Amino acid sequence: MLNYYMQKQAISFELNGKKETVDNVSATTTVLEYLRSSGKTGTKEGCGDGDCGACTIALINEDIDGNKSYQAMNSCLMPIAAIDGKQVFTVEGIANKTLHPVQQAMVDSGGSQCGYCTPGFIMSMFAGHYSDQLSDESIEGNLCRCTGYVAIRKAAKTITKAKSNDKFAKKLKTKPKANKSIELALKGHRYFSPISLNDVFIYQAKYKNAVLIAGATDLGLDLSNKRRDFPVLISLENVAELKQINESSESLEIGAAISLSQIEHKLAGRFDVLDTMLKFFAARQIKNRATIGGNIGTASPIGDLLPVFLALDAAVNLQNANQKRAVLLAEYFTGYRQTKKEADEVIISVTIPKKEAGLKRLSHSYKIAKRGTDDISIVAASFVIDLNKENKITHARLAYGGVAAIPIRAIAAEKYLLNKSWSKKTILKAKEILLNEFTPLDDLRASASYRNSIVANLFEKFFVEVKL
Amino acid sequence: MTVGKAIKHESAIQHVTGSAVYVDDRVKIEGMLTCWPVLAKYARAKVISINTKPALAMDGVLTVITAKDIEGKNNTGAIVSDEVLLAETNISYANQAVAWVVAENEDIARKAARKVELELKELKPILTIKDAIKQKSYHGEPQKMARGKAKQALKNAENTMTNEFEMSGQDHFYLETHASWVIPDNEGNYTVYSSTQHPSETQSTVAHVLGIASNRVVCISPRMGGGFGGKESQANPFAAIAALAASKTGRAARVRLNRELDMKLTGKRHPLLAKYKLGFSNTGKIEALDINLYSDAGWSTDLSHAIMQRSLFHIDNSYFIPNISITGYACKTNKTSQTAFRGFGGPQSIVIIENIIDDIARTLDIAADKIRETNFYKEGQETHYGQVLNDVRLEKVWKLAKANSNFSRRKAAIKKFNAANKYKKRGLAITPLKFGISFTFTILNQAGAFILIYTDASIQLNHGGTEMGQGLHTKMLQVAASSLGVSYERFRLMPTATDKVPNTSATAASSGSDLNGQAVKAACETLKSRLANVAANMLELNAPEDLSFENDFVSAKNNPKNKVSFNDVVARAYFEQVSLSATGYYRTPNIYFDNESGKGVPFYYFSYAAAVSEVEIDAFTGMFKLRQVDIVHDVGKSLNPHIDKGQIEGGFVQGLGWLTMEDFIWADNGHVATFAPSTYKIPTIAEIPEHFEIELLEKSPQAGVIYGSKAIGEPPFMIAISVREALKDAIASFSDKNQTVNLALPATPEATLAAIEKVKAIDEIKTS
Repeated sequence: MLNYYMQKQAISFELNGKKETVDNVSATTTVLEYLRSSGKTGTKEGCGDGDCGACTIALINEDIDGNKSYQAMNSCLMPIAAIDGKQVFTVEGIANKTLHPVQQAMVDSGGSQCGYCTPGFIMSMFAGHYSDQLSDESIEGNLCRCTGYVAIRKAAKTITKAKSNDKFAKKLKTKPKANKSIELALKGHRYFSPISLNDVFIYQAKYKNAVLIAGATDLGLDLSNKRRDFPVLISLENVAELKQINESSESLEIGAAISLSQIEHKLAGRFDVLDTMLKFFAARQIKNRATIGGNIGTASPIGDLLPVFLALDAAVNLQNANQKRAVLLAEYFTGYRQTKKEADEVIISVTIPKKEAGLKRLSHSYKIAKRGTDDISIVAASFVIDLNKENKITHARLAYGGVAAIPIRAIAAEKYLLNKSWSKKTILKAKEILLNEFTPLDDLRASASYRNSIVANLFEKFFVEVKL
Repeated sequence: MTVGKAIKHESAIQHVTGSAVYVDDRVKIEGMLTCWPVLAKYARAKVISINTKPALAMDGVLTVITAKDIEGKNNTGAIVSDEVLLAETNISYANQAVAWVVAENEDIARKAARKVELELKELKPILTIKDAIKQKSYHGEPQKMARGKAKQALKNAENTMTNEFEMSGQDHFYLETHASWVIPDNEGNYTVYSSTQHPSETQSTVAHVLGIASNRVVCISPRMGGGFGGKESQANPFAAIAALAASKTGRAARVRLNRELDMKLTGKRHPLLAKYKLGFSNTGKIEALDINLYSDAGWSTDLSHAIMQRSLFHIDNSYFIPNISITGYACKTNKTSQTAFRGFGGPQSIVIIENIIDDIARTLDIAADKIRETNFYKEGQETHYGQVLNDVRLEKVWKLAKANSNFSRRKAAIKKFNAANKYKKRGLAITPLKFGISFTFTILNQAGAFILIYTDASIQLNHGGTEMGQGLHTKMLQVAASSLGVSYERFRLMPTATDKVPNTSATAASSGSDLNGQAVKAACETLKSRLANVAANMLELNAPEDLSFENDFVSAKNNPKNKVSFNDVVARAYFEQVSLSATGYYRTPNIYFDNESGKGVPFYYFSYAAAVSEVEIDAFTGMFKLRQVDIVHDVGKSLNPHIDKGQIEGGFVQGLGWLTMEDFIWADNGHVATFAPSTYKIPTIAEIPEHFEIELLEKSPQAGVIYGSKAIGEPPFMIAISVREALKDAIASFSDKNQTVNLALPATPEATLAAIEKVKAIDEIKTS
C-alpha cells in the first residue's frame, strides 16, 4: 500500500523568497527554461550541458542528517519538478538595497568583463559563502572566457565568512518539513517523488515506461539539449532507504541516492581511493546532484567512481518488490552499458568491505584527462595494495575506467603481484603485463596507445608517489 | 580627470545582479517567432531536392525559408561574395544550413526542422590542408612578402634546418552564443538586435539579403557575452535569417544558436601548416627564412586573406630577419568558414618563429633567451615589409620581465630540481611580443561618435564601437568625461546603433579605443567650442579659448574663481539657440600599404610585451601544471589599468587554452566532433597559477594616440607562447643531450608524453 501521498497538478516553490506556482509547463521542462521563459533572464544558458556553469542557481537542501545548506546546481540539467517544495535563489534575488557581499567583491575585483558567465559565478560563490568553503574548488564548474579567472579568484579570496544574522544564513536554521510522497501530473507528464522504496515499486509496477532518476545529471542532457520527452519519471531523491550510511565491523554501506558532495564530506579520510577520485570527479554543481546509484546505474565505462568501487571490492545491493540481492561490482557489468540489474530492480546501496587487520594498505586514485579538472576521463585508475609485515603483497586491486567497454580490473597484473615484494623490480614487471592487459579504443579524448601507456605508467606513478 | 583611473567596468553592477541585458534577454515581443536550421549531413554534396511540406504541415509552423525566399542577394560574404546564405545547389561543409523553419516556439521549430526532407548526392570533400595543397584548392591568389635574397642566404648560412609545423584551430567559446532578433514595423523597415562586433556590416548584409536600402535597417548591438573575433563577420548570416523570417511573416523573429549549433556552424581560428627552410649563424643569428604558410580557411573566404596577411606581417615577431621570403595560401576546404579570432593570424606565425628560435637554441646549445636577444630588432631597423621601427620597447619590457621574475636565479634552481627529480621536470621560458596596431586594410581605420547633451545637462554618448566585455564603453566614458571636464555619472552610454553612428568599422584589431576614443574626443571638442562661447558671455570674458572645463565647471583660466557650472552653461546654450549635439570623426593618419609590392607602413604603432612562464610536467602522464607567470606589458599611458590588466589576464589564458588544451577535432567525415564543452575544454580556474603578476610599463605614453594609451585587446594572447616554450624546456630536460623538441599544438597530455618519449628515444640512440 502507498504511503500518505499528495497529488498535485502544479509545482510550487519559493523563488528568491516569493512563492511561485507553475502549472503550465511539463514536469520535464528544465528549471533554466522556466526561468528564462518567465522573464527571469539573469540566469544564462552557456552550454545546456552542465559544463559551463552559466545557469548556476542555489537551492536550500537538507543533507542526510537533516542539516540545511545552500547548494549550487546547474539549472539546465534539472527538471522543474525537482524543485517542487524547494527554496530556490537566482542572481536576481540576492541583492537587497545593497549588493550581496559576493556581488560587491566581484565588482571590486573586476571579476566580470562580458558578464555573461557572471551570474553563474555569483551563485556558486553565494553557495560557497554560506558553507564556509569558498575557494577555487567552489567555482571550478564555472567557465569564463574573458577574465582568465585571476580577478575572480581575487574576489573569492576577499569574501569573508557569512555572518550568522545574515538574512540568508537565517533561512538555514528553519526546521525541516515532514516529507511526503508526491505525485505530480503536469501537461500529460507524471513525476513521482516517493519517500519509501515500497512506493517506488508500486509506481514502477503501474507505469512500465517510467524512468528512474536521482540527480538527473545524465538524463538532464536529454532534457536540455536533445529535448527528449519522458512521460513518467520516478525520482529517488527522497527515498529514505537510499539515503543512509550504515557501518558494521565488517563493512560500510552507502545509500544510492546520497549526493557525491555529501559522500565527499561525510566519508572524508575513510578511503583514499574515494577521496582522491571525488576531488576530480566533476564540478561542485554536478557533485551536489549526482549520486552513487546514478554513477553505477548509467554503467558508463568512464564513470569515475566505478574503478574506485572495483578496487574496494564493493558490492551493489539491488532490490525489487520481492527480494534483495547483492552483486559484486566486479561481476556486475556484462557489456557496454549492460549490467546484471533487472528492469524491476532498484540500486539501493553499495557495500564496501573493510580491510583485514594487521596489513598495511596503500591506495590512491588517478584521473587523466585533457584538462586537469572537470573533464571526462581518458583513463581513470584506482589502486589498492595490502602489504604484510614482510613487505609482500597480500591483496592487489588495479581497477580502470576508459580502457574497455566496461570498468574493469587488471586481473593478470593483480595475479602477478600477489605474494611479490613491493619493489621497483615487481612494478616494472607488472607494467609490462599492464601494457598488454587491455585493448582500448581511439576516440576524441586520446589514442589507444596513449591509454595503454597510461594504464602501465599510472601504476608506476602510484609506486613512486604513494609513500609507505 | 577620469582617464587613467582604475574605474570599474560600466556594467559591473548589472553583470553581478543579472540585470545586464543581452540580445536574447530582451523583454519578450508578443508573437515573436523562432527560427531553427535544417542541416546538410555531408561535408560536400549536390542538392537534389528539398521537401518542406512535412514541416509546413505541422501546427505552429509559419514557414520554411529556403533560397527561393530571398529577394535580394543570397550571399553574406563579408569581402568576397562566395558565402551562400542558403544552399541551393551545392553543400560546401557539414551542417551547412539549407533551410530554416520558422515556428511559434523553439520546440516546434526543432521538431519541424527534422521533418524537412533533404535529398543530397554526396561528393568527396577536401578536409585537410595537405589535401587542399594536393588539389590546389585555394581561396584567391597566394600572398607574398620578401626582403633580401632568402634562397642565396640559405646556401651561405652556417646552419640550415628544414621543417614543418602544423597547428590546430580554436573555437571562440564566447559564453553567449550567436543571437539575433529582428522586428519589422510593417512599413518596410527593420530593427535588428544582434550580438555583433560589426553592426554596420550586419545592417548592410540584412539590407542586401532583403533587397532593400540600408536606410531601412537599423542594427543595434546592445552588449555581447564575448566576441573575440567570432562575431566580427559571422553574426551577419543569423541576422539575415531572422530578417527573412520577419519579412516573410510580418512578425518579429529570432535566431539563437544553442552551443552545439554555434560550434558546428560558425568559423574558428585558422588551423595552419608551415613549411620552411631556415638559415642561421653559429652565434644563433637568423640569416634567412624561406617559408610557406597554408591556413585551413574552410568553405568561404570570409576574412581569411586579411588574416593570412597578418600572419605574413608577424612572422618576424620581435626579430630582424635580413633575408626572408614568405608566401601565404588560404586553403579552401569543406569545413566551417574560419574567421577572425584574437590575434587575427598573428598567433599562428608568432608561435612558428618562437618555435624556430628554440630549435636554434637547442641545436647550438645556447640558452633560448640569449638567441632571442641576439635577434631582437634595434631602434630604426626596418621590418620585412618596409616599416621603420621607432620607439622600440622590446629591451624595456624584456629586462623588466627578467628582473621581476628572477629569471636567472630560477633557471638555476630549475636545473637543480630537474637533476634531482626523475619523474617531474620543470621548465622556464621567456617570450617577447611586438604586435602591429591598425587595421591592415588602411581605409578601415576610421571611426565616428555622436554626443547629445540634454537641457538638464545629462548626456548620451554614442560611438561606433561595440562592447563585448573588453571595457571599451568604460574607456569611452572616461575619454568623454575627461574631454568635457564633467563627471562620469552624467553620461548614459548608448547601445551601439547604426542610426546613431553610420558606416562604422568592426570593433576589432585591438583598435576599438584608439579609433573611437579619438572620435569621441573630437565630438567633445566641437561641443566645448560651442559651449565656450556661451560660457565666455556668462563670465563676461572676451576670449572663449581662455576657458577651462573641469570638475563640472567652466572657469577662466587666469582666474579660476570666475566660474559657472556646466549645467548653467548648457541651460543657457539652449536659450541662446546653440546646438547641443555633435558628431566626431577620426581617421588614423600616415599609414598605408601596397599589396603589390608588399611594402608600406601598415601599422600606426606597435605594442610590446614579454612574459615568463614556469611549468612542471609529470613524466608518467604528460600532464602539466603552470606554476608561475610574470608579465610586463606596454599599454602606453593606460586609459584604465583595471581594465587593461583584465585584458592581459584574459588574453593570456585564452592563449594558454589554444596552446595546451583546446583540441578542436573534425571527424573523418568532415563533421565537427568536439561540439560541446564536454569534449572541447577551455581553461578553468584550476589551470591558473596563484602567482600571476602583471606590470604595466610605466611612463610610456604613446605619441599620437588617445591620451597616450595603447591597444590591449589582442597582444596578451600571444605571450602565452611562453607557456609552450616552457613546456619544451621541461621536455628537453628529460634528456642529457642537446636536441630540438617536437611538441604538437595543442600540447595535450598525450602530445606532451609523445614529445617526452621522442626526446628519450633520441637520447638512447645517441648514447648507444
